[in-house]
Amino acid sequence: MTELEAGRADRLAPVRSVAALQRYRDVLIALIAFAVLASLPLFTDSKALLDFVIRCSAYGLFATSLNLLVGYTGLTSFGHGMFFGLGAYSFGLIMQKLGLPIPVAFVATLAITAVVATVIGAICVRLKEIYFAFVTLAFQMLIHSTILSWASFTGGDQGLRGGIPRPAFLGINLADHVHLYVASCALLILGLLAMRQIAQSPFGYTLRMIRDNAARASFLGIDVWRAKLTVFVLAALFASMGGMVMALFVSGAYPEFAYWTISGEGIFINMLGGVSTFLGPMVGTVLLLLLNDTVTRFTEYHGIVLGVVILFFALGLRKGLLDFVAEWFSQRRGAGEGR
Amino acid sequence: MLEIRNLAKSFGGVKATNDVSLDFLDGSLTAVIGPNGAGKSTFFNLITGALKPDSGEVLLGGVDLAGRSPPEIVRHGIGRAFQVASIFKSLTVQETMLAAVSADQLSSAVLHKRFPLPETRDRAEHVMELLGLAGKRNRTAATLSHGDQKLLDIALALVLEPKVLLLDEPTAGMGPEERWRMIDRVRELWETQKITVIFIEHDMDIVFKIAPKIVVLCYGRILATGTPDEIRNNSAVIEAYLGTEHAGAAA
Repeated sequence: MTELEAGRADRLAPVRSVAALQRYRDVLIALIAFAVLASLPLFTDSKALLDFVIRCSAYGLFATSLNLLVGYTGLTSFGHGMFFGLGAYSFGLIMQKLGLPIPVAFVATLAITAVVATVIGAICVRLKEIYFAFVTLAFQMLIHSTILSWASFTGGDQGLRGGIPRPAFLGINLADHVHLYVASCALLILGLLAMRQIAQSPFGYTLRMIRDNAARASFLGIDVWRAKLTVFVLAALFASMGGMVMALFVSGAYPEFAYWTISGEGIFINMLGGVSTFLGPMVGTVLLLLLNDTVTRFTEYHGIVLGVVILFFALGLRKGLLDFVAEWFSQRRGAGEGR
Repeated sequence: MLEIRNLAKSFGGVKATNDVSLDFLDGSLTAVIGPNGAGKSTFFNLITGALKPDSGEVLLGGVDLAGRSPPEIVRHGIGRAFQVASIFKSLTVQETMLAAVSADQLSSAVLHKRFPLPETRDRAEHVMELLGLAGKRNRTAATLSHGDQKLLDIALALVLEPKVLLLDEPTAGMGPEERWRMIDRVRELWETQKITVIFIEHDMDIVFKIAPKIVVLCYGRILATGTPDEIRNNSAVIEAYLGTEHAGAAA
């Protein structure tokens, strides 16, 4: 905001303040959400509820980051779970083998993820649609197989056992359940806020242009390949964050974290919650975990129930839950203005 | 000046563009005509980087752009609109314009600020006004009429402030009245913006009325270039393309 811009502010002012207001609004919502979540342990002793929120944090970060690819860029990755697994394993291994402070391990894991995602992304984002989906899936299988067969390093099909050391730092002791809970909530909220910023930045609109019409975007001077690679790496970072939350939660890392079904669940969550709104995947995460927990309690055939739910959303609503709600609201508003 | 030198492109055995050399003076308005399959769109695709030429040069202000990527060529100042309106269907008109200006100002990768950036405002506003889209700024592109989608496509090219603007059949798929409205817009743009405009057009009445210079392509070659009168009376053109109707009308 220079002096010069301030000079011709009258026409620009309203728009600029709208953009600024949106940002403040998002931060405000995030603060309120965090305050509500963080104060939950004051009102309840239910360990199960706190565990549920921690799992929602891990999966929510993962699913929302997948939506940056699927919903915003039109890149349907079937291998996004590899970064969830990579995050969990890198973090666990660093803590077990090197015993670094947790924040250092956290940053180091993000760095490792960035490097791996850049290499894999550089190969994948040249491809389109189904080819992209399959090659990402192939890389997922590759990472999973590596974890299984490199047993001396990764523990093979047993996973990282013996627990992940969680030394206290800055007065935060993640071995304590409530501390872990609050830290997970903080990571979730910060991650969501960062992803929201990405989605609403000029880069976020570049992604939408690529999703709608990549060829046209390149005729506007946009380097489509570079933009796709950038979002691929950014999304991987947040998925990795989710993996780290998971590793902290279970105090270990298991090959299932890197199996393709994690990616499948991510896609499923996005279908449940909807990809046209930012919070759709978060809603989907809560729905899926609720479904999982309740259905598995009543029947061993939970796969059938989940399948029916998928069919209902895919064939019945033809969109995710939050898509449905958002559409309903905009239609009502449209009808209200029209009359 | 845009100079095309010995441009050539083959698909298998078909020479879609065969040794084409042309000069387009700064600020000129040129129509490219020719029968179906004459290589008009290929010619545009070669200039804009959608296709790589087999040989030849595309010189803009003395810089050879042949074979470079579309983003590079756009940055050098050659913008284009498409035969079938090529737009971003889920963005509103205003968002489309603002995002295009962002791309041109090299801020399309900015992560830490909110869209839209204040400095993209004026240019987007200006072009929306220019093409009469300002009243529809909040409409989603997919819901616009066919004509407005074509205008939005042209607006996208124009908002980058190109030196040369290539319009591939700006009136394609339009009714007779809408055609004239569109072509008046194009002419007005050319007059007010002082840019080089090259357009492909099938409607001969429109071409002969507004284009000071016409290029006729046929089987990838230049059949003739000249003023409307020269083209109308060119016997090769009449035989290959126009038939006797227009020639008769001129005589």
